[in-house]
Amino acid sequence: MSEMQFLTWVRGPGLDMAIGIFLLGVIWRLFEIYSLGRKKDLSAPRVVAGASGMHTVFRRSLPAPGMMKLAPVTYIGGYVFHIGLAIVVFLFAPHIKLIQSLLGISWPGLPSQVVDLVTVVTIAAMLVVLADRINRPVKRYLSTFQDWFTWTLTFLPLLTGWMAVRHMVFPYTTMLALHILSVELLLVFLPFTKLFHAFTAFGSRWYSGTVNGHKGVAV
Amino acid sequence: MSASLEKGVRVLKEMIDAPIASYFSSCVHCGLCAEACLFYTETGDPKYTPIHKLEPMRRLYEQEYTVIGRLKKLIGLSKAVTDAELDEWRELAYNSCTLCGRCSVVCPVGNDIVYMVRKFREGISASGNAPEGLKGAVTRTVNIGSPMGIKLPAVKAQMKHVEADYGLPIPLDMEGAEYLVMLSSMEIINFPEYLGAIAKIMNQAGKTWTLSSTSFEATNAGMQIGNSDLARVIVSRIVEGAERLKVKTVISPECGHAFTALRWEGPNLVGRPFGFEVKHIIEVLGEFQKQGLLKTEGFETDRLTFHDPCQLARRGGVIQQQRDLMNMVAKNFVEMPDAGFMNWCCGGGGGASAIEEGEELRIEAFKKKKSQLETVKPDRLVTACANCRIVMEEGLEHYKMDIPIVGLTEMLAEHIPDPEPVKSEGA
Repeated sequence: MSEMQFLTWVRGPGLDMAIGIFLLGVIWRLFEIYSLGRKKDLSAPRVVAGASGMHTVFRRSLPAPGMMKLAPVTYIGGYVFHIGLAIVVFLFAPHIKLIQSLLGISWPGLPSQVVDLVTVVTIAAMLVVLADRINRPVKRYLSTFQDWFTWTLTFLPLLTGWMAVRHMVFPYTTMLALHILSVELLLVFLPFTKLFHAFTAFGSRWYSGTVNGHKGVAV
Repeated sequence: MSASLEKGVRVLKEMIDAPIASYFSSCVHCGLCAEACLFYTETGDPKYTPIHKLEPMRRLYEQEYTVIGRLKKLIGLSKAVTDAELDEWRELAYNSCTLCGRCSVVCPVGNDIVYMVRKFREGISASGNAPEGLKGAVTRTVNIGSPMGIKLPAVKAQMKHVEADYGLPIPLDMEGAEYLVMLSSMEIINFPEYLGAIAKIMNQAGKTWTLSSTSFEATNAGMQIGNSDLARVIVSRIVEGAERLKVKTVISPECGHAFTALRWEGPNLVGRPFGFEVKHIIEVLGEFQKQGLLKTEGFETDRLTFHDPCQLARRGGVIQQQRDLMNMVAKNFVEMPDAGFMNWCCGGGGGASAIEEGEELRIEAFKKKKSQLETVKPDRLVTACANCRIVMEEGLEHYKMDIPIVGLTEMLAEHIPDPEPVKSEGA
């Protein structure tokens, strides 16, 4: 397979398959989880302003009182890498073009130098949280194969994308193909690994906020 | 697979609902819940990470409720839950978890870990692997009527003493009273001044109240061990007592988990909403204060701090009332770091204090409370849970800290002018 054939495949059938598995996987997993339902709470609710599922969906994006100083690397590393990832994925002009070709919607992007800088910062943050996972006894203790695997799945698109733009190591065509392939792997595995928190974190926060909000506790 | 394990696994499977599935699917192993757990912070042992305390349940969820998990099980890639494993997890799900709920409020993906531990215990309990201390407490509550084996004559004896000491009647089985006052074993045996305080407060407020001869015990070891069938038996006594006496409100005593068992789990255990209200005594006192029915004289002048019982504050939504009540009678009330919503557990909640073999760990975990207390250096410590009080008294004694502990209700009552005729000073 030549470089061009490789690129054509990842852009064509490869992408279609990855998106197909991703969409079906997401729908299946959401069904598998939320169709389990839950029992109605028969206790009389205590109604308090600010205590609800929706409040918790937003509020839980901020650290609980006193927590930042206990785990600054987890919090700051986590913020930087999540926000950085969102910027790189959704505000890089070529990505917006791809989305436009698939969905027909678009929005303004950021200058490529800015995205380049954000990418470097995000890569650095990911390396920091990886180091923290290796060094911090609790994180190392909790870590299974999936934790290392999903870190890699998330890291590779960032790295290959950045290298492709900078024309590093391989010719642009090859690097771009590798970049797209890495994104496809990410899409395929996302619904079936802890990466699925990208969807369920909102449901979990909502349940938590609802169950505790019923007791008049704004969590 | 043994019959008991089979039962445990079946019960555990039934416990898994959409919130639990969502929680397990969301965990990213960030480890923040460990930082919120006093059993981890005080020992540094990562096995006490809250989400890890649920590992057998997580695996069962994956194996039974996800396609990937079923596939893994089919080709032998995931191992089944065993008796030995549940035996090992007893320490993690009981001794080192007080259901305090700090982990639940820090989890960035929103996992209510305590919600899961409470349900995990149902499975462990059904498999026969619950701690002996709790098994004994449940058996005594179901068979005798209280976890400490206290029967009605003991309550009547205390009623007599209190009536003599306070010069106020302690009504028993008074139909149509506004309030049914519940007690905890601890109060009956160790802190009878609670009953005296209630008599004074109700007398001043002009409210009718009563004890019940069939349901005086509020604590619910069935909930703590994780046996909903027995928890239902225990809570049903209170429901029947309240309905028989036609009271408007049942008052949960100064006990955290009794409040949770009655107020939040109660209707769900018996399967229907209650026809009466359930309030913690601190909520009732807060209402009396707002309505001007609680009139106190004088102030405590020594340095006081307040320990929030987890089930009252973080898990129960009563956070401000105790502070307003403290300020009513205390000139020098100081807050501990993390007080209120984020308060640290005494180390013995959720049934942990009934587990003998967990004592060493409890004392270790108490170092958190110790450091909180060392920051504010109070002369006395006030709380509103008899169990917190006993656990903290043990901890303070172990670390040779001379800080007396007092119940908020009884402290307030000391500032209520004595009624006539006064036979002796209130305790």
